[in-house]
Amino acid sequence: MRAVDLATASLLILLGGVVVADSLRIGIGWGTDGPRSGFFPFWLGVIMILACAAICVQAWRRPTDKPFVTRERLDPVLKVLWPATLMVILITPLGLYVASALYVAFYMRWVGRHGWPAIALCAIGIPLLVFVVFETWFLVPMPKGPLEAWLGY
Amino acid sequence: MTGIENLFHGFQIAVTPFNLFVAVLGIMLGTIIGVLPGLGGANGVAILLPLTFTMPPTSAIILLTSLYWGALFGGAITSVLFNIPGEPWSVATTFDGYPLARQGLGGQALTAAFTSSFVGALFSIVLITFFAPLLAEVALKFGPPEFFAIQLLTFSSFIGLGGGNPLKSLVSIVLGFVLASVGLDIVTGQLRMTFGLVDLMKGFDFIVAVIGLFGIGEILLSVEEGLSFKGTPTGMNLRVVLDTWKVLPRYTRTFVRGAFIGFWMGFKPGGATPASFMSYAFAKRFSKHPERFGKGELEGVVAPETAAHAAGVAAMLPMITLGIPGSPTAAVMLGGLIIWGLQPGPLLFTEKPDFVWGLIASMYTGNLIGVLMVLAFVPFFAAILRIPFAILTPLIVVVCAIGSYAVHNSMIDIWYMLIFGVVGYVFKKLDYPLAPLVLALVLGDLAENALRQSLIMSQGSLAIFVSRPIAGAITAVAVFFFVLPVLTPWWRRLRGIAPPAPQQT
Repeated sequence: MRAVDLATASLLILLGGVVVADSLRIGIGWGTDGPRSGFFPFWLGVIMILACAAICVQAWRRPTDKPFVTRERLDPVLKVLWPATLMVILITPLGLYVASALYVAFYMRWVGRHGWPAIALCAIGIPLLVFVVFETWFLVPMPKGPLEAWLGY
Repeated sequence: MTGIENLFHGFQIAVTPFNLFVAVLGIMLGTIIGVLPGLGGANGVAILLPLTFTMPPTSAIILLTSLYWGALFGGAITSVLFNIPGEPWSVATTFDGYPLARQGLGGQALTAAFTSSFVGALFSIVLITFFAPLLAEVALKFGPPEFFAIQLLTFSSFIGLGGGNPLKSLVSIVLGFVLASVGLDIVTGQLRMTFGLVDLMKGFDFIVAVIGLFGIGEILLSVEEGLSFKGTPTGMNLRVVLDTWKVLPRYTRTFVRGAFIGFWMGFKPGGATPASFMSYAFAKRFSKHPERFGKGELEGVVAPETAAHAAGVAAMLPMITLGIPGSPTAAVMLGGLIIWGLQPGPLLFTEKPDFVWGLIASMYTGNLIGVLMVLAFVPFFAAILRIPFAILTPLIVVVCAIGSYAVHNSMIDIWYMLIFGVVGYVFKKLDYPLAPLVLALVLGDLAENALRQSLIMSQGSLAIFVSRPIAGAITAVAVFFFVLPVLTPWWRRLRGIAPPAPQQT
C-alpha cells in the first residue's frame, strides 16, 4: 500500500511539475488585460506539488502496512481490463457492435464458463438491443464496421 | 403568492403524458442502475445524457432527475437485501436493514426505507420550492468575486467536512482543475498543456471522466472484492406495506430530525454521506432502546434513508439557483443544461421559468411515482442481481464504452474512459475522493473565469474576496473549512485536558 501511495504521489508531483513548466512557458503574470493563461494552472501545479510532497511524508512515516492488492485479487481485475482494452482496439476495424459481441462472448466463456446457447443469446442480444435503442430510437450513431456496411447501414 | 402559481404552472408541464412517461422510464432505468454494482446515479446519468440531446430540455431534465431518484431508491434495495451499499450514503442503511432482512423482515425494512426516502425527499422539495426563487434572486446580485467565493466554499467543504485525508481531497480538487484547464483557454485563445497533440486540444470531458472513474473504476473494485450476492428474499406484499405504514408514524421525530439534517448537510457538496451517518447516530442516541440498533431496528433504517434522500434532493438547490452542483450527479446534470443550450445560474428563474418550474414540479411527481414503483416492483429489481456476474460485468463495460463514445462521437474518449477507470480504481484504494475531482473538472472553467474577472476588477488584488461583504462572509466560512482539518486535532487535545464540554446537538 505504501509503495503504491508513494508512487502515485510521485507521479502527481511529476504532473504538477509539467503543469508548472507549461504555465511558465505561456506566462503566469499580468498581461495587457488581466492574468495571463498560465496564471491559474501555475498555482494549481504548485499546490499539487506541495500537497503530494506532504502525502509522501505521511506515507513514509506510516509504519504498519497491508499490501495494495494481492496476486489472486488482482487477477480478476486484469481479467476485466485486458479484454476490455482488446475490445476498444477492435472497435476501430470492426465497429462497436461486433467488438462488444466478441467481448461479451469471450468474457462469458472464459470467466463465467457459461454454455454456448446462453453466450450466443447475450452476445447477439446485447449489441442488438443497443443498436435498436441508440441508432434507431435516439439517432445516436456508434462506430460501425464491415458487418454493418454489408447489412446496409 | 406567485410561488404557488409558478408551481401550478410547473405541474401543467410535468404532468403531460410524455413527461410522465419519461419520468416512469427514468425511474425504472435509475432503479436498475442503482441496483447494479458499478453503475450509480452519476454515471447512469452520464451514460444516458447523449440520449437526451434530441429531447426538449424540460423532458430531458425530467428523465435525468427521475433516473437520479430511481438510483437513490435502488441503493436501498441492495443495502437491505444484499448488504451491499450501492452508494456511500447507503452504508448506514445496511446496519439495520440487512439484519432485518435476515430475520425475514426484509419487506418491512424496504417499505420503511422507501417511505422514509420519500418523506425526506418531499421535505427537501418543499424547501426548494420556497427557497430556490429567493436564493436565485439574491444570487442575481452576485458578481464574479461572490461566485468565486462560493466555489471556494464548495471545495473547502470537501476538505473540511469530507472526512478522510484532507491532503488527498485537496489533490483531487487540484487534479480536477488541472484536467479542466487542458486545451484551449477561451479567454486568451492560447493552448494550454497540449504539447502539440491535437487530441489534447479538446481537453477532457467530465462526462467521460465520470463514466470512467465511477463506472469502470467501481466495476474493477467489485470484481477485486469478489462479487457474490447472497441475497435474502424480499418478502414484500401489500399487507406488509400497509402494516409497516401503521408502525411508521411512531418515528415522526426521527423523520423530522433526519429530514432537517439531510437538507442542512445536503445543499453543501458531499453532504449526503455524513448526513446519513449523523441521522443514524442521533436516532440511536435519542432512542429508548439504543442497544437494539445494529441488530435490526426499523428506526435504524428510517433515520439514514430520510437524511440521505433529503440531502440528495437538496443537492439540486445550488445547481438550479447558483449553477454550482452539490454532488457529482448534479454536476453531470449541470453539464446537460449547458449542452441543451441553457445557461445555468440564477438567470434561469427569470429566463426559463418553464424549465425551472417544470423541473421542480417533476421532483414531486417523480418521487411519488418512484416510491409507488419501487414498492410494487421490488422483487423484479432484486432479481437483477441474480444475473450471473460474468454477464453483468462485460455488459456494464460495454454500456460505459457506448456512453463515453456518444458524448462527442470520438474514439479517444473510450480510451480516456479506460484510463480514468484505472485511475478511479487506484484512487479509490488509496482514499483519494473522486467526487471533488469530478466537480472541479466541471467547474474548472467557471471558477477560473470568476477568479480572473475578479482580479481584473480589483487590478490584481486578492483583497476583493474579503472586502465585498457577501464575498467576504463566504470566503471567511471557506477559509474556516480549509483550516478545519488542522484545527480539529488541536481542538481535541484541548478538550482532552479540559473537563468535557457539553454535548453539541
